[in-house]
Amino acid sequence: MKAFLASAARARWPLPALIALGFAIAILSQYQPIFSGYAQIVLITIGINIILCASLNLVNGYMGEFSVGHAGFMSLGAYTSAVFTTKWLPDLPALFPVAVVFGGAIAALIGFLLALLSFKTRGDYLAIITLAFLMIVKSTWENIPYVGGPAGLLGVDKMTTLPWTLFWVVITILVIRNLIYSKFGRAIIAIREDEIAANAMGVRVREAKILAFVVSSFFGGVAGALYAHLNFINPKYFDIVKSTEILVMVYLGGISSLGGSILGAIIFTFLLNALEPLGYWRMVILSALLIALMLFRPRGIMGLRELPWFLPRRELFAKGVVPLAPKKT
Amino acid sequence: MSALLEIENVTKRFGGLCAISACNVRVTAGHAHGIIGPNGAGKTTLFNLITGIYQPTEGAIRFRGESIAGLRPSRIANIGIGRTFQNIRLCKQLTVLDNVRIAFDSQLHYAPIEALFRLPRSGRDEQRSIDESLALLGPFGLLGHAHDIAGDLPYGSQRRLEIARALALKPELLLLDEPAAGMNTGETAALTEFLRWVRAEFKVTLVLIEHHMHLVMNLCDRITVLDFGQTIADGTPEEIRANPRVIDAYLGGSEDEQA
Amino acid sequence: MLHDLLYLAQQTINALQQGSIYALIALGYSMVYGVLTMINFAHGDLFMLGAFACMLLAGVVTPLLTAVPPILVFILILLMVMAVIGFLGAFIERVAYRPLRGAPRVSAIITALGCGLLIESLTLVIFPYSQSIPPLLANRTFELMKVADPAGAGAPLTLTITALQILIIRVAIVLMVALDFLIRKTRYGMAMRAISFDARTVPLMGIPVDRIISMTFLIGAGLGGAAGMLYGLAYPVIAPSMGILVGWKAFIAAVVGGIGSIRGAVLGGFILGAVEVLAVVFFESTYRDLISYSLLLVILIFKPYGLLGSAPNQKV
Repeated sequence: MKAFLASAARARWPLPALIALGFAIAILSQYQPIFSGYAQIVLITIGINIILCASLNLVNGYMGEFSVGHAGFMSLGAYTSAVFTTKWLPDLPALFPVAVVFGGAIAALIGFLLALLSFKTRGDYLAIITLAFLMIVKSTWENIPYVGGPAGLLGVDKMTTLPWTLFWVVITILVIRNLIYSKFGRAIIAIREDEIAANAMGVRVREAKILAFVVSSFFGGVAGALYAHLNFINPKYFDIVKSTEILVMVYLGGISSLGGSILGAIIFTFLLNALEPLGYWRMVILSALLIALMLFRPRGIMGLRELPWFLPRRELFAKGVVPLAPKKT
Repeated sequence: MSALLEIENVTKRFGGLCAISACNVRVTAGHAHGIIGPNGAGKTTLFNLITGIYQPTEGAIRFRGESIAGLRPSRIANIGIGRTFQNIRLCKQLTVLDNVRIAFDSQLHYAPIEALFRLPRSGRDEQRSIDESLALLGPFGLLGHAHDIAGDLPYGSQRRLEIARALALKPELLLLDEPAAGMNTGETAALTEFLRWVRAEFKVTLVLIEHHMHLVMNLCDRITVLDFGQTIADGTPEEIRANPRVIDAYLGGSEDEQA
Repeated sequence: MLHDLLYLAQQTINALQQGSIYALIALGYSMVYGVLTMINFAHGDLFMLGAFACMLLAGVVTPLLTAVPPILVFILILLMVMAVIGFLGAFIERVAYRPLRGAPRVSAIITALGCGLLIESLTLVIFPYSQSIPPLLANRTFELMKVADPAGAGAPLTLTITALQILIIRVAIVLMVALDFLIRKTRYGMAMRAISFDARTVPLMGIPVDRIISMTFLIGAGLGGAAGMLYGLAYPVIAPSMGILVGWKAFIAAVVGGIGSIRGAVLGGFILGAVEVLAVVFFESTYRDLISYSLLLVILIFKPYGLLGSAPNQKV
């Protein structure tokens, strides 16, 4: 059994198989009552959180910055996609994917602007810029009557289904993985490790930063769009508390690890829902757990380690997960 | 003889402090060029000026006859100037192999969109970066450590890895900042031979900052002596050894015996 | 015209009150950052606890000391609040941050976020509903100026300052001056500045770094607690969630002033207070956050290391 698990962890088939199984269940659940309504919402929330977590990990984990503005990108995606489906092209469910991409694109555009600021500033100072950005976005929504002002945007159709969520989770993980294990990903990681050395090795640091911010904010926006078509949206939801929640999931799962991000999102969302009956004690327990975890495992559950499933075959060799085949004749 | 790198009347001031003042260095292609001088003479600052980390306050820096002052560090690296750092700057949490692959950034030509969707060219390019990096690690005695985390390597191997990484840029000019720091006499002698080999094998011009006189005098074709940010002498090792100003400012008695 | 000026003057007084509270909190962030280059995200919640501690202590102490002049009771409670919150701050550092000093910097930040959440949620368990702080002092209003409405119809406009406002500003200034003295003139202050300057060599010189860091947390948290008490007296309805927003805002103030710089924190606090209050004077009140944060963003874009801060020097 143990040997089977070890070989399954290295094999290539389990991940596609799991994804296929996931889609099968998700699509089936639309026609058969497999999950209760509550369970569906929890599962979709887990999916949205995985997208948030993986995309924030790109900037905070792989690139080593400390952005606290992810809820801002989420709200950008949520509001723009919801305006798209409720006001511009209403009653066209087929356009839902377009709305999601639109939400992501707007978030990516703003992410690009934030990336420009990251050229000059980094570390704690950049963290504050992202914080100010978050507050500005939130109070912008509060001051635009067109999107409902402080009361939020009402009447958004609940179009976010389990299959759609799974679809976007897979796309997010796939695209971020492809990015990380490319030369751009190496550049992003090199920025975290030593920006000056990266520069001296000819790495185009600015290009890498832009790419990290744009991709991260795009998927932050996608997550927001999915959220918007599940719950009603209110500017207060996308505040510093929401950003903190995403941060907690990222660092709980572990930085620089997609497997960690998935794990962090699942564990956190699960606990949040499972401890619901405890009322106010819930947050006491969760925060105590977080402190304990950080004290005993400062890098999070899977910090800097990756599930072999997520490594492209080429990188399995390059990272030494699978020993190099003696080639060269 | 053509000068590969020319530093002409370069001055660098940090606030009121003048780290380099009216400094002149000419590096001939194919040479190994030593830069020596007491601590604080401005040697590392000179490297940082050449590689674009600092901008010169005054003066011109030319590489292959073209001005490179004001270019971004990554641009300077990509037109053929590689370097190592005095206090080793590796990506300590990455594997040895990935450290070298980083320097292939500009040699892999696929676009971001090809990376995001894993189009064929990205795969081919990446495979090339792996193969070439591994080939590079061999002569440096690091092939067996390709998958080790760079920060876990012993100090000497880290120094060698830094040189290998810089060579992955396929530079014409390699700047080495104290490559023999912390080495004993035997190791330094081995390094001298190794650098000779590097120069021949990779057809690269070397500029090195070094305190080990033995290495400098044995390896270098030409030596520039800096003191308080100024060029105080420039010549062949024999000339430098005989130059009274140098002996006065820097070499003194004990260091001279070493050489 | 005179009216507008009067209104502006009135708002300036309010800005001073708000600014002195932000400044006191910002000091805690800045001091801790100075010695540990760590953002103590639990600081906002210590501020909140300051208000709750004041409420609890007032409930116990005030009935016992009916014969004592209220101002002395106020000072007594202030000192007690500062001591309690200060020790709590030092305690958190001891058990939660110190073990992580060698760990990645971000682990300490997340732990701090966790401590903040823990404090807030525990307080919420004990006080699920908003509480109100009893007034410690009779609050008198002083009329500084009075101008009749030029239209003749409305009530005359007045420029007023309350005894509480005077007290808040005065307490804040006394604390800041005392801190400045402590940092510039005492051995502790010299050690603290030395650690901010070079944390690696200072322990080699025989300075007890751990004790200095504990002291820094004690003082920083104490000031945060004092700010919480003053805030609670100014806005007597207090809730466990109040620490988050005020805390983050004060943090921004610390950064705008130049984090790590003590005078920068004070400057940043007053700037933030002024911007917030004046934004409401010139625009609709809902625009307050939008304007103040945009302005802060602009300051940070042009002065990335704050008004009085300096770029961290990196040796290549």
